[in-house]
Amino acid sequence: MSRTLAQPASSTVGRPVPAGRRTSAAHRRRTLTVFALLSPALLGLAIFFVYPLIASVYYSFTRYDLVSPPDWIGLRNYEYLFTQDPKVWIATLNTLWFVVFLVPIKIFFALGIAGLLVRAKRASGVWRTVFYLPALVPPVASVVAFVFLFNPATGPVNQILGVFGIQGPLWFNDPAWSKPSLVLLGIWVMGDIMIIFLAALLDVPREQYEAASLDGANGLQQLRYVTFPSITPVLMFAVITGVIAALQYFTEAAVASGVANGKAVVGEGTGANLGYPGNSLLTYTQWLYVRGFNTYQLGYASALAVLLFVVASIFLIALLRRFKAFTPEGTA
Amino acid sequence: MRRILMWIAENALLVGLALIFLAPIVFVFLTSVMSSSQTLTASLWPQPFEWSNYVKVFTEAPLLLWFANSATYAILATVFMLVSSVPAAYVLAKIRFRYSNVVFTAIIIAMLLPPQVTAIPIYVMWSNLGLTGTLWPLILPNLLGDAFSIFLLRQFFLTIPSEYADAARIDGNGEFGVLRRVMVPMAKPGIAATGIFMFFHSWNDYFGPLLYTSENQSAWPVAYGLASFRGIHGTDWGLTMAMTMLVTVPIVLIFFFAQRVFVEGITLTGVKG
Repeated sequence: MSRTLAQPASSTVGRPVPAGRRTSAAHRRRTLTVFALLSPALLGLAIFFVYPLIASVYYSFTRYDLVSPPDWIGLRNYEYLFTQDPKVWIATLNTLWFVVFLVPIKIFFALGIAGLLVRAKRASGVWRTVFYLPALVPPVASVVAFVFLFNPATGPVNQILGVFGIQGPLWFNDPAWSKPSLVLLGIWVMGDIMIIFLAALLDVPREQYEAASLDGANGLQQLRYVTFPSITPVLMFAVITGVIAALQYFTEAAVASGVANGKAVVGEGTGANLGYPGNSLLTYTQWLYVRGFNTYQLGYASALAVLLFVVASIFLIALLRRFKAFTPEGTA
Repeated sequence: MRRILMWIAENALLVGLALIFLAPIVFVFLTSVMSSSQTLTASLWPQPFEWSNYVKVFTEAPLLLWFANSATYAILATVFMLVSSVPAAYVLAKIRFRYSNVVFTAIIIAMLLPPQVTAIPIYVMWSNLGLTGTLWPLILPNLLGDAFSIFLLRQFFLTIPSEYADAARIDGNGEFGVLRRVMVPMAKPGIAATGIFMFFHSWNDYFGPLLYTSENQSAWPVAYGLASFRGIHGTDWGLTMAMTMLVTVPIVLIFFFAQRVFVEGITLTGVKG
């Protein structure tokens, strides 16, 4: 928000040091300090990111069950993945369903409610709290609560629908309704994005609206030519983080399956409970989890991980290029 | 006239939406004080209020132990993250060096990639160290920094004018001194907000405990315990909802006490492009 403060322009340490020159003692000491301050993070990056990424690629060419050493089998994991795996396409399509529906619907509601709140003059703090509160509820708790609320027989939602003479669906127990039920949950917890949108909307200069209305722009045109251009970066942020979160959609779907099915732990058995009802909630990352940690096919699960890495990276690179906060120079 | 109608419409919409948003919490609470037989009927109002559910959950499940596990996980993870990530964020925000762009880009990518991409080799690593079945695989990595926290902290450090750091350097401080005497005190709101984020994240974590503690019930944190509770105790929705309330309350309380720091501390500077 503060473009002017961000760059350490006048700082004596703020300039890149050409390699091989200025090897004064002071400079060497500074390099050492920088390295010392960064070393935990660099070590963390190496151990928990660079190494596992390389290892995943290696494992993906092996058969590995954690007990005996990895056994090189070339491309067979990938062959199986693309031609034989019975559930990988179901899981992929379910995940893409969440990318395509959950992300835009959640953003739409977050933006809409932020738009209402920005105009609320009275008791704005109360309104904000009400709409932010669900975002504070731990995800597992909100899923458990929703499965209960949407319980077809005894849950309040169908009771209330019944009052209006509507026969409610089976929600989390019907393959056709289980994913939409999770979208409703997503809308309920939209507060995290809503707060960011609200801040962005409050930052749009009032004068721009006044100028626009003097020029004769109506409400819709003001929205189109004033509001949207100035919140585009925040919208991009919401889309990037939303897509990434949807690609790794796991907790909500896994817990919803387990609780609706009356089985609690994802780790039970060979993952047969997962995706209940009828594989409708089996996401890609759950399938990876099952193959890796229920049936201990770590080599094959690594192939799934590598594919996820490739897809997520393509999304990331495409989106990041348009978004300054995530680039080293885009600081303000 | 049109304006008044608009005003009425907008406020009616707000009130309606607010009621819908609050309803789930109200229903969860009402169910949490119902007897187990009543939760299986159509009535929505507890008759009578069965407050004993809140006592019973503590005897039906090792809830205190699970809360203690959650607290250990969340507190240690937060402290460890701050110790390692604050210095890194400071360097990335305020000192230009040869590979600063490379390091920053790597951190961004590490932050945005799904954790499942790297989960298998990391699991193998902890398994070889004999630490699976405990929460340590989730806590210890924070000693080596957390990418998302480094990003948030860096955004905050960027808002602090470099002149303060320069002045401290002229007074003879090294980078450690600048960080400790100038930057950390000035960045307190940002550090607090990042810490709260980390605390919430660890308190709410499900995938991590599932991976490492699923087979050892005595190491479960409370969020994971809640998900398993219904499987263990069948259909007692009253108990399950009481536990749902109990898992939620600490987070809501912390948020209300920390609200001001939180709002002050989050500058997504870059978000505004």
